[in-house]
Amino acid sequence: MVGIITYGAYIPQFRIKADEIAKVWGANGTEISNGLGVFEKSVPDMDEDSLTIAVNAARNALARRDVNPADIGAIYVGSESHPYAVKPTSVTVGEAIGATPVMTAADYEFACKAGTAGIQTCMGLVKSGMIKYGVAIGSDVAQGAPSDALEYTAAAGGAAFVIGNDDPIAEINDTCSYSTDTPDFWRREGQAYPRHGGRFSGEPAYFKHVQGAAHLMMDRMGTKPADYDYAIFHQPNAKFPRNVAAMLGFKPEQIKQGLCAPRLGNTYSGAVPVGLSSVLDVAKPGDRIFVTSYGSGSGSDAFDITVTDAILTKIDRKAAPSVETMLNDKIYLDYAQYAKHKGKIVMQK
Amino acid sequence: MSVPRFWRKQTNRYNLIGTKCETCGTYYFPPRSLCPKCRREGKIVDYKFKGTGKIVTFSVVRTASDKFDLQTPFVVAIIELDEGTRLTAPVICSDINEVYIGMRVKSTFRKISADGDSGIIVYGTKFIRE
Ligand SMILES: [Zn+2]
Repeated sequence: MVGIITYGAYIPQFRIKADEIAKVWGANGTEISNGLGVFEKSVPDMDEDSLTIAVNAARNALARRDVNPADIGAIYVGSESHPYAVKPTSVTVGEAIGATPVMTAADYEFACKAGTAGIQTCMGLVKSGMIKYGVAIGSDVAQGAPSDALEYTAAAGGAAFVIGNDDPIAEINDTCSYSTDTPDFWRREGQAYPRHGGRFSGEPAYFKHVQGAAHLMMDRMGTKPADYDYAIFHQPNAKFPRNVAAMLGFKPEQIKQGLCAPRLGNTYSGAVPVGLSSVLDVAKPGDRIFVTSYGSGSGSDAFDITVTDAILTKIDRKAAPSVETMLNDKIYLDYAQYAKHKGKIVMQK
Repeated sequence: MSVPRFWRKQTNRYNLIGTKCETCGTYYFPPRSLCPKCRREGKIVDYKFKGTGKIVTFSVVRTASDKFDLQTPFVVAIIELDEGTRLTAPVICSDINEVYIGMRVKSTFRKISADGDSGIIVYGTKFIRE
Protein backbone atom coordinates (compact mmCIF):
# COMPACT_ATOMS: atom_id res chain seq x y z
CA MET A 1 0.00 0.00 0.00
CA VAL A 2 1.10 3.56 -0.62
CA GLY A 3 2.90 5.13 2.28
CA ILE A 4 5.97 6.84 3.68
CA ILE A 5 9.20 5.13 2.58
CA THR A 6 11.44 7.40 4.67
CA TYR A 7 11.37 10.85 6.23
CA GLY A 8 13.71 13.59 7.40
CA ALA A 9 13.38 16.98 9.08
CA TYR A 10 15.63 20.00 9.35
CA ILE A 11 15.53 22.80 11.93
CA PRO A 12 18.05 25.70 11.95
CA GLN A 13 20.15 26.06 15.08
CA PHE A 14 19.28 29.62 16.10
CA ARG A 15 16.47 30.60 18.48
CA ILE A 16 14.99 33.79 19.82
CA LYS A 17 12.79 33.89 22.90
CA ALA A 18 9.37 35.55 22.81
CA ASP A 19 10.53 37.56 25.84
CA GLU A 20 13.40 39.06 23.84
CA ILE A 21 11.05 40.17 21.04
CA ALA A 22 8.52 41.57 23.55
CA LYS A 23 11.23 43.64 25.25
CA VAL A 24 11.90 45.53 22.00
CA TRP A 25 8.25 46.47 21.52
CA GLY A 26 7.48 47.20 25.17
CA ALA A 27 5.11 44.24 25.32
CA ASN A 28 4.66 41.69 28.10
CA GLY A 29 6.60 38.62 26.96
CA THR A 30 5.27 36.28 29.63
CA GLU A 31 1.70 37.19 28.79
CA ILE A 32 2.28 36.71 25.06
CA SER A 33 4.10 33.38 25.55
CA ASN A 34 1.37 32.07 27.80
CA GLY A 35 -1.33 33.24 25.42
CA LEU A 36 0.23 31.65 22.33
CA GLY A 37 1.91 28.74 24.11
CA VAL A 38 5.10 29.61 22.15
CA PHE A 39 8.20 30.38 24.23
CA GLU A 40 10.88 30.52 21.58
CA LYS A 41 11.14 30.14 17.82
CA SER A 42 13.77 28.99 15.35
CA VAL A 43 15.65 31.53 13.21
CA PRO A 44 17.51 30.64 10.01
CA ASP A 45 21.21 31.35 9.65
CA MET A 46 22.04 34.14 7.18
CA ASP A 47 22.85 31.59 4.49
CA GLU A 48 19.74 29.47 5.03
CA ASP A 49 16.42 29.78 3.22
CA SER A 50 13.46 27.52 2.49
CA LEU A 51 15.46 25.87 -0.32
CA THR A 52 18.49 24.94 1.81
CA ILE A 53 16.12 23.66 4.51
CA ALA A 54 14.29 21.55 1.89
CA VAL A 55 17.59 20.09 0.60
CA ASN A 56 18.89 19.25 4.08
CA ALA A 57 15.55 17.67 5.08
CA ALA A 58 15.51 15.57 1.89
CA ARG A 59 19.11 14.47 2.49
CA ASN A 60 18.22 13.48 6.06
CA ALA A 61 15.39 11.35 4.65
CA LEU A 62 17.74 9.63 2.19
CA ALA A 63 20.38 9.10 4.91
CA ARG A 64 17.86 6.92 6.77
CA ARG A 65 17.09 4.60 3.87
CA ASP A 66 18.91 3.56 0.75
CA VAL A 67 16.60 4.90 -1.97
CA ASN A 68 18.04 5.04 -5.48
CA PRO A 69 17.71 8.75 -6.45
CA ALA A 70 17.13 7.69 -10.06
CA ASP A 71 13.88 6.03 -8.92
CA ILE A 72 12.53 9.38 -7.68
CA GLY A 73 10.04 10.45 -10.33
CA ALA A 74 8.57 13.58 -8.74
CA ILE A 75 9.51 16.32 -6.30
CA TYR A 76 7.08 18.84 -4.83
CA VAL A 77 8.23 21.56 -2.45
CA GLY A 78 5.51 23.42 -0.57
CA SER A 79 6.46 26.81 0.87
CA GLU A 80 5.28 30.39 1.13
CA SER A 81 8.88 31.60 1.12
CA HIS A 82 10.34 30.11 -2.05
CA PRO A 83 13.58 32.07 -2.66
CA TYR A 84 12.52 32.98 -6.20
CA ALA A 85 9.13 34.25 -7.39
CA VAL A 86 9.94 32.52 -10.69
CA LYS A 87 12.45 29.63 -10.70
CA PRO A 88 11.50 26.42 -8.95
CA THR A 89 12.95 25.34 -5.61
CA SER A 90 12.06 21.73 -6.44
CA VAL A 91 14.60 21.32 -9.28
CA THR A 92 17.48 22.54 -7.10
CA VAL A 93 16.39 19.98 -4.50
CA GLY A 94 16.33 17.36 -7.28
CA GLU A 95 19.85 18.32 -8.37
CA ALA A 96 21.13 18.30 -4.79
CA ILE A 97 19.84 14.78 -4.09
CA GLY A 98 20.83 13.40 -7.50
CA ALA A 99 17.28 12.79 -8.75
CA THR A 100 17.51 14.88 -11.95
CA PRO A 101 16.87 14.83 -14.89
CA VAL A 102 14.21 12.12 -15.34
CA MET A 103 11.59 13.48 -12.95
CA THR A 104 8.73 15.93 -12.79
CA ALA A 105 8.85 18.80 -10.31
CA ALA A 106 6.86 21.80 -9.17
CA ASP A 107 6.68 24.27 -6.32
CA TYR A 108 3.49 24.41 -4.32
CA GLU A 109 1.91 27.26 -2.46
CA PHE A 110 -1.12 26.99 -0.21
CA ALA A 111 -0.12 29.03 2.83
CA CYS A 112 0.81 26.51 5.55
CA LYS A 113 -0.57 23.35 3.91
CA ALA A 114 1.46 23.21 0.68
CA GLY A 115 3.66 20.43 2.10
CA THR A 116 0.75 18.08 2.78
CA ALA A 117 -0.70 18.91 -0.66
CA GLY A 118 2.63 17.59 -2.03
CA ILE A 119 2.16 14.32 -0.11
CA GLN A 120 -1.30 13.92 -1.70
CA THR A 121 0.08 14.58 -5.19
CA CYS A 122 2.85 12.00 -4.70
CA MET A 123 0.29 9.47 -3.40
CA GLY A 124 -1.75 9.91 -6.58
CA LEU A 125 1.26 9.48 -8.86
CA VAL A 126 2.46 6.41 -6.95
CA LYS A 127 -0.99 4.79 -6.78
CA SER A 128 -1.56 5.32 -10.50
CA GLY A 129 1.77 3.69 -11.26
CA MET A 130 3.19 6.80 -12.93
CA ILE A 131 6.22 6.97 -10.62
CA LYS A 132 8.04 4.66 -8.21
CA TYR A 133 8.91 7.27 -5.59
CA GLY A 134 7.86 10.87 -5.07
CA VAL A 135 9.35 13.37 -2.62
CA ALA A 136 7.05 15.81 -0.83
CA ILE A 137 8.59 18.60 1.22
CA GLY A 138 7.13 21.35 3.38
CA SER A 139 9.68 24.05 4.16
CA ASP A 140 9.54 27.70 5.19
CA VAL A 141 11.47 30.62 6.56
CA ALA A 142 8.35 32.35 7.76
CA GLN A 143 8.06 36.12 7.73
CA GLY A 144 6.33 38.25 10.30
CA ALA A 145 6.46 42.04 10.20
CA PRO A 146 8.35 43.67 13.11
CA SER A 147 6.04 44.14 16.13
CA ASP A 148 3.20 42.24 14.43
CA ALA A 149 1.73 39.34 16.44
CA LEU A 150 3.21 36.98 13.84
CA GLU A 151 6.74 38.04 14.77
CA TYR A 152 6.50 35.97 17.97
CA THR A 153 5.85 32.76 16.05
CA ALA A 154 7.13 33.02 12.44
CA ALA A 155 9.90 30.39 12.38
CA ALA A 156 12.07 28.29 10.07
CA GLY A 157 12.12 24.55 9.43
CA GLY A 158 10.87 21.77 7.22
CA ALA A 159 10.56 18.07 6.58
CA ALA A 160 10.65 15.72 3.60
CA PHE A 161 8.80 12.48 2.91
CA VAL A 162 9.59 9.91 0.27
CA ILE A 163 6.27 8.41 -0.85
CA GLY A 164 6.10 4.98 -2.49
CA ASN A 165 4.59 1.49 -2.52
CA ASP A 166 7.41 -0.84 -1.49
CA ASP A 167 7.72 -1.63 2.22
CA PRO A 168 6.58 1.73 3.57
CA ILE A 169 7.47 2.48 7.20
CA ALA A 170 3.97 3.89 7.53
CA GLU A 171 0.98 3.16 5.31
CA ILE A 172 -1.27 6.07 4.42
CA ASN A 173 -4.71 4.46 4.73
CA ASP A 174 -6.56 7.43 3.29
CA THR A 175 -6.46 11.19 2.79
CA CYS A 176 -9.14 13.82 2.26
CA SER A 177 -9.38 17.61 2.17
CA TYR A 178 -11.75 20.41 3.08
CA SER A 179 -11.26 23.70 1.17
CA THR A 180 -13.11 27.01 0.80
CA ASP A 181 -12.32 30.61 -0.23
CA THR A 182 -11.68 32.32 3.11
CA PRO A 183 -9.64 35.57 3.39
CA ASP A 184 -7.99 35.03 6.80
CA PHE A 185 -4.33 35.60 5.82
CA TRP A 186 -2.62 36.71 2.63
CA ARG A 187 0.48 38.21 1.08
CA ARG A 188 0.30 40.09 -2.21
CA GLU A 189 3.00 39.62 -4.88
CA GLY A 190 6.10 41.73 -4.08
CA GLN A 191 5.18 42.33 -0.45
CA ALA A 192 7.72 41.29 2.19
CA TYR A 193 5.26 40.51 4.97
CA PRO A 194 1.87 38.83 5.05
CA ARG A 195 -1.28 40.41 6.44
CA HIS A 196 -4.00 38.72 8.39
CA GLY A 197 -7.59 39.22 9.39
CA GLY A 198 -6.80 39.28 13.14
CA ARG A 199 -9.54 37.46 15.06
CA PHE A 200 -10.98 36.28 11.76
CA SER A 201 -8.13 33.73 11.55
CA GLY A 202 -9.63 31.55 14.29
CA GLU A 203 -13.25 30.42 14.13
CA PRO A 204 -14.27 30.63 10.43
CA ALA A 205 -10.78 29.75 9.22
CA TYR A 206 -8.55 27.40 11.25
CA PHE A 207 -11.19 25.72 13.40
CA LYS A 208 -13.80 25.29 10.67
CA HIS A 209 -11.40 23.73 8.16
CA VAL A 210 -9.38 21.55 10.54
CA GLN A 211 -12.58 20.18 12.06
CA GLY A 212 -14.15 19.82 8.62
CA ALA A 213 -11.31 17.68 7.29
CA ALA A 214 -10.89 15.76 10.56
CA HIS A 215 -14.59 14.80 10.75
CA LEU A 216 -14.60 13.86 7.07
CA MET A 217 -11.58 11.60 7.64
CA MET A 218 -13.01 9.84 10.70
CA ASP A 219 -16.40 9.40 8.97
CA ARG A 220 -14.71 7.79 5.98
CA MET A 221 -12.57 5.48 8.12
CA GLY A 222 -15.30 4.74 10.69
CA THR A 223 -12.92 5.77 13.46
CA LYS A 224 -13.04 7.90 16.60
CA PRO A 225 -10.25 9.91 18.29
CA ALA A 226 -9.51 7.10 20.78
CA ASP A 227 -8.48 4.82 17.87
CA TYR A 228 -5.31 6.88 17.28
CA ASP A 229 -2.04 6.76 19.20
CA TYR A 230 -0.89 10.16 17.91
CA ALA A 231 -2.52 13.20 16.37
CA ILE A 232 -0.83 16.13 14.64
CA PHE A 233 -2.65 19.37 13.85
CA HIS A 234 -1.36 22.50 12.16
CA GLN A 235 0.31 24.63 14.82
CA PRO A 236 0.46 28.38 14.09
CA ASN A 237 0.87 28.55 17.89
CA ALA A 238 0.32 25.94 20.59
CA LYS A 239 -3.14 27.21 21.56
CA PHE A 240 -5.00 26.47 18.31
CA PRO A 241 -3.96 22.79 17.99
CA ARG A 242 -4.65 22.18 21.69
CA ASN A 243 -8.12 23.70 21.36
CA VAL A 244 -9.05 21.95 18.14
CA ALA A 245 -7.82 18.62 19.53
CA ALA A 246 -10.06 19.08 22.59
CA MET A 247 -13.04 20.08 20.42
CA LEU A 248 -12.59 16.93 18.33
CA GLY A 249 -12.18 14.70 21.40
CA PHE A 250 -8.42 14.03 21.29
CA LYS A 251 -6.52 13.94 24.59
CA PRO A 252 -3.40 16.07 25.35
CA GLU A 253 -1.23 12.88 25.44
CA GLN A 254 -2.16 12.13 21.82
CA ILE A 255 -0.91 15.49 20.50
CA LYS A 256 2.12 16.02 22.75
CA GLN A 257 4.79 14.30 20.60
CA GLY A 258 3.71 16.07 17.40
CA LEU A 259 3.29 19.50 18.99
CA CYS A 260 6.63 21.25 18.37
CA ALA A 261 5.30 24.85 18.32
CA PRO A 262 6.12 25.72 21.98
CA ARG A 263 9.87 25.33 21.27
CA LEU A 264 9.90 25.86 17.51
CA GLY A 265 7.26 28.45 16.63
CA ASN A 266 5.23 28.24 13.43
CA THR A 267 7.22 26.85 10.51
CA TYR A 268 4.22 27.37 8.19
CA SER A 269 4.46 24.71 5.43
CA GLY A 270 6.99 22.91 7.64
CA ALA A 271 4.74 22.75 10.72
CA VAL A 272 2.74 19.55 10.20
CA PRO A 273 5.62 17.83 8.35
CA VAL A 274 8.00 18.51 11.29
CA GLY A 275 5.29 17.37 13.76
CA LEU A 276 4.78 14.15 11.80
CA SER A 277 8.56 13.59 11.69
CA SER A 278 8.70 13.98 15.46
CA VAL A 279 6.03 11.27 15.81
CA LEU A 280 7.80 8.95 13.33
CA ASP A 281 10.99 9.41 15.41
CA VAL A 282 9.38 7.43 18.26
CA ALA A 283 6.48 5.50 16.67
CA LYS A 284 6.20 1.71 16.98
CA PRO A 285 4.77 -0.78 14.47
CA GLY A 286 0.97 -0.73 14.65
CA ASP A 287 0.72 2.84 15.91
CA ARG A 288 -2.05 4.79 14.23
CA ILE A 289 -1.46 8.47 13.44
CA PHE A 290 -4.05 11.14 12.66
CA VAL A 291 -2.83 14.20 10.76
CA THR A 292 -4.65 17.41 9.79
CA SER A 293 -2.88 20.37 8.24
CA TYR A 294 -4.26 23.85 7.66
CA GLY A 295 -3.45 26.47 5.08
CA SER A 296 -4.95 29.94 5.13
CA GLY A 297 -7.12 30.89 2.29
CA SER A 298 -8.30 28.15 3.33
CA GLY A 299 -7.99 24.40 3.37
CA SER A 300 -7.12 21.36 5.45
CA ASP A 301 -5.67 18.00 4.41
CA ALA A 302 -6.29 15.01 6.69
CA PHE A 303 -4.39 11.71 6.70
CA ASP A 304 -4.96 8.39 8.45
CA ILE A 305 -1.64 6.57 8.85
CA THR A 306 -0.59 3.19 10.28
CA VAL A 307 3.05 2.53 11.20
CA THR A 308 4.41 -0.81 9.90
CA ASP A 309 7.14 -3.25 11.00
CA ALA A 310 9.38 -1.70 8.34
CA ILE A 311 10.03 1.23 10.68
CA LEU A 312 12.23 -1.17 12.69
CA THR A 313 13.79 -3.13 9.85
CA LYS A 314 13.93 -1.01 6.69
CA ILE A 315 15.24 2.31 7.93
CA ASP A 316 17.97 3.47 10.27
CA ARG A 317 16.25 6.21 12.24
CA LYS A 318 19.56 7.13 13.92
CA ALA A 319 21.21 7.91 10.57
CA ALA A 320 19.74 11.45 10.74
CA PRO A 321 19.03 13.69 13.74
CA SER A 322 15.63 13.37 15.42
CA VAL A 323 13.37 16.42 15.78
CA GLU A 324 13.99 16.32 19.54
CA THR A 325 17.77 16.41 18.97
CA MET A 326 17.44 19.40 16.63
CA LEU A 327 15.09 21.23 19.03
CA ASN A 328 17.68 20.84 21.79
CA ASP A 329 20.68 21.84 19.67
CA LYS A 330 20.27 25.61 19.82
CA ILE A 331 22.01 28.97 20.04
CA TYR A 332 20.06 31.96 21.35
CA LEU A 333 20.14 35.30 19.54
CA ASP A 334 19.30 38.73 20.92
CA TYR A 335 16.98 40.97 18.91
CA ALA A 336 19.81 42.88 17.21
CA GLN A 337 21.46 39.67 15.97
CA TYR A 338 18.03 38.38 14.96
CA ALA A 339 17.32 41.53 12.94
CA LYS A 340 20.63 41.09 11.10
CA HIS A 341 19.87 37.41 10.44
CA LYS A 342 16.45 38.16 9.04
CA GLY A 343 17.68 41.09 6.92
CA LYS A 344 15.54 43.56 8.86
CA ILE A 345 18.36 46.11 9.10
CA VAL A 346 18.34 48.65 6.27
CA MET A 347 21.83 48.77 4.73
CA GLN A 348 23.43 51.35 2.48
CA LYS A 349 23.50 49.97 -1.04
CA MET B 1 30.80 34.74 -11.38
CA SER B 2 28.76 34.64 -14.56
CA VAL B 3 25.53 32.64 -14.65
CA PRO B 4 26.82 30.04 -17.18
CA ARG B 5 30.08 29.60 -15.28
CA PHE B 6 28.51 28.71 -11.97
CA TRP B 7 25.89 26.57 -13.67
CA ARG B 8 28.55 24.37 -15.32
CA LYS B 9 30.16 23.61 -11.94
CA GLN B 10 26.81 23.24 -10.15
CA THR B 11 26.74 19.45 -9.77
CA ASN B 12 30.19 19.36 -8.19
CA ARG B 13 29.38 22.23 -5.88
CA TYR B 14 26.01 20.83 -4.72
CA ASN B 15 27.08 17.26 -4.18
CA LEU B 16 30.86 17.09 -3.79
CA ILE B 17 31.11 14.92 -6.86
CA GLY B 18 34.72 14.32 -7.78
CA THR B 19 36.53 11.42 -9.35
CA LYS B 20 38.42 8.34 -8.21
CA CYS B 21 41.22 6.52 -9.98
CA GLU B 22 40.32 2.85 -9.69
CA THR B 23 43.87 1.83 -10.58
CA CYS B 24 45.65 3.46 -7.63
CA GLY B 25 42.69 4.37 -5.40
CA THR B 26 43.33 8.13 -5.34
CA TYR B 27 40.36 10.50 -5.01
CA TYR B 28 40.17 13.87 -6.75
CA PHE B 29 38.19 16.99 -5.93
CA PRO B 30 37.72 19.05 -8.01
CA PRO B 31 37.39 16.12 -10.41
CA ARG B 32 40.26 15.18 -12.69
CA SER B 33 39.79 13.25 -15.88
CA LEU B 34 43.39 12.00 -15.87
CA CYS B 35 45.23 10.43 -12.93
CA PRO B 36 48.67 12.14 -12.71
CA LYS B 37 50.10 9.06 -10.99
CA CYS B 38 48.85 6.38 -13.36
CA ARG B 39 48.62 8.41 -16.57
CA ARG B 40 47.32 6.16 -19.31
CA GLU B 41 46.87 3.17 -16.96
CA GLY B 42 44.48 5.13 -14.72
CA LYS B 43 40.77 4.29 -14.74
CA ILE B 44 38.85 7.41 -13.71
CA VAL B 45 35.24 7.11 -12.43
CA ASP B 46 32.85 9.65 -10.87
CA TYR B 47 32.77 9.54 -7.09
CA LYS B 48 30.40 11.19 -4.59
CA PHE B 49 32.30 12.10 -1.43
CA LYS B 50 30.72 11.25 1.93
CA GLY B 51 31.22 14.86 2.99
CA THR B 52 32.98 14.16 6.29
CA GLY B 53 36.50 15.15 7.17
CA LYS B 54 38.67 17.39 9.31
CA ILE B 55 40.11 20.90 9.23
CA VAL B 56 43.77 20.96 8.16
CA THR B 57 44.15 24.71 8.52
CA PHE B 58 41.90 27.76 8.35
CA SER B 59 41.80 31.51 8.21
CA VAL B 60 39.29 34.04 9.49
CA VAL B 61 37.94 36.49 6.93
CA ARG B 62 37.18 39.83 8.61
CA THR B 63 36.69 42.06 5.60
CA ALA B 64 35.04 40.82 2.45
CA SER B 65 33.55 42.10 -0.76
CA ASP B 66 30.00 43.54 -0.69
CA LYS B 67 28.32 40.19 -1.33
CA PHE B 68 29.86 38.56 1.75
CA ASP B 69 30.18 41.64 3.96
CA LEU B 70 27.18 40.84 6.18
CA GLN B 71 28.62 37.42 6.96
CA THR B 72 31.98 38.58 8.35
CA PRO B 73 33.78 37.36 10.32
CA PHE B 74 33.68 33.92 8.73
CA VAL B 75 36.02 30.98 8.45
CA VAL B 76 37.47 29.50 5.28
CA ALA B 77 39.32 26.23 5.78
CA ILE B 78 41.33 23.61 3.97
CA ILE B 79 39.45 20.43 4.72
CA GLU B 80 40.80 16.94 4.33
CA LEU B 81 37.93 14.66 3.40
CA ASP B 82 37.94 11.15 4.90
CA GLU B 83 38.71 9.78 1.43
CA GLY B 84 42.03 11.65 1.53
CA THR B 85 41.59 14.58 -0.84
CA ARG B 86 41.67 18.22 0.27
CA LEU B 87 39.49 21.16 -0.66
CA THR B 88 38.95 24.78 0.40
CA ALA B 89 35.51 25.65 1.72
CA PRO B 90 33.68 27.94 4.16
CA VAL B 91 33.06 26.57 7.66
CA ILE B 92 29.86 27.64 9.43
CA CYS B 93 30.23 28.57 13.08
CA SER B 94 28.41 30.94 15.40
CA ASP B 95 31.69 31.74 17.19
CA ILE B 96 34.95 31.81 15.21
CA ASN B 97 36.88 31.01 18.42
CA GLU B 98 35.34 27.54 18.40
CA VAL B 99 37.14 26.50 15.22
CA TYR B 100 40.40 24.58 15.59
CA ILE B 101 42.83 22.55 13.48
CA GLY B 102 41.76 18.91 13.47
CA MET B 103 38.07 19.73 14.08
CA ARG B 104 35.74 17.13 12.56
CA VAL B 105 33.33 18.61 10.03
CA LYS B 106 30.54 17.43 7.73
CA SER B 107 29.12 18.99 4.58
CA THR B 108 25.80 20.85 4.50
CA PHE B 109 23.81 22.71 1.86
CA ARG B 110 23.78 26.51 2.13
CA LYS B 111 23.44 29.71 0.19
CA ILE B 112 26.85 30.87 -1.03
CA SER B 113 25.98 34.28 -2.45
CA ALA B 114 23.21 36.31 -4.03
CA ASP B 115 23.64 38.82 -6.83
CA GLY B 116 21.81 41.78 -5.27
CA ASP B 117 18.04 41.63 -4.78
CA SER B 118 17.21 40.58 -8.33
CA GLY B 119 20.12 38.43 -9.56
CA ILE B 120 20.82 34.74 -9.32
CA ILE B 121 21.28 33.01 -5.95
CA VAL B 122 24.21 30.61 -5.79
CA TYR B 123 23.88 27.54 -3.57
CA GLY B 124 26.50 25.01 -2.62
CA THR B 125 28.41 23.10 -0.01
CA LYS B 126 29.74 24.49 3.25
CA PHE B 127 31.04 22.59 6.23
CA ILE B 128 29.79 22.52 9.81
CA ARG B 129 31.04 20.86 12.99
CA GLU B 130 30.17 17.12 12.91
ZN1 LIG C 1 45.73 6.49 -10.43
